[in-house]
Amino acid sequence: MSSDTPLDRRPVKLLIVDDSNIVRRRIERSQQFDDLQVVGTAANGFEALELARRTDPDLVTMDLTMPQMDGIECITRLVKLKPGLRILVISALADKATAVEAMERGANGFLNKPFSDRQLNEAIAELMY
Amino acid sequence: MLREEELKTFVEGTTRYFEVAAQQPATIGSPYLLEGETAMHDYTGMINVSGKREGVVYFTAPRAMLTVLLMKMQESDFSHESMRDLVGEVANTISGNARRDFGHDFVISVPSVFAGEKPQIPQSPGARAFVIPIHWRSHSAKLVVSLT
Repeated sequence: MSSDTPLDRRPVKLLIVDDSNIVRRRIERSQQFDDLQVVGTAANGFEALELARRTDPDLVTMDLTMPQMDGIECITRLVKLKPGLRILVISALADKATAVEAMERGANGFLNKPFSDRQLNEAIAELMY
Repeated sequence: MLREEELKTFVEGTTRYFEVAAQQPATIGSPYLLEGETAMHDYTGMINVSGKREGVVYFTAPRAMLTVLLMKMQESDFSHESMRDLVGEVANTISGNARRDFGHDFVISVPSVFAGEKPQIPQSPGARAFVIPIHWRSHSAKLVVSLT
């Protein structure tokens, strides 16, 4: 028997970071990938770091404007903690300099809020495959 | 001091928010200069602005509008906390989008949210405040932009 999907292929583990419950639920609900598994959600950078240590995600969606520890600082620490982690910034901050700074710190993609389901899935797909 | 032509970015941001998040565009009324205070709706999300410009941006909306907006977003939680979360997120999104025109030095805070209470709106010396009326479905809300 043969299959196109290797038996040892495991799902991509996703950690969602945003201070809005509504946005976290929206990302979780709208992602349409069978091979993506949400392993945690965090409301600020400290929670994100703690969850990243515990759940070992492959992919993180990261808000920038958050209380306690913002997204830029969190990206910097996450990249040190887990080099190779793929990070998709999902932020309302729409200036070019912010996107450049996030990428320089280690983000791999940038999606502006508000976003459609299609835009979200395209952005995730770019980092997954 | 905030100039009328600078309001365009907030009008566009508001239009974009409803169009994308609720898949139904809002109608934006003519902005007008605010003299004194404006009446608040049930929930208000406020962003403090610092850096190159100073002041506040706030979105105030009735519970009925927020409930329908949540439904359009496929949400099933219509609790007080969800309403607070949503007004904050709307204010944050529109203010953050304004950096496309105002630039990186337009520094925005995390949202402060007020419900059923009169918010204390900080007044920045030299700031000028405009009200942007928002009409969506049968509901009305306001975005207030008060900046130096």
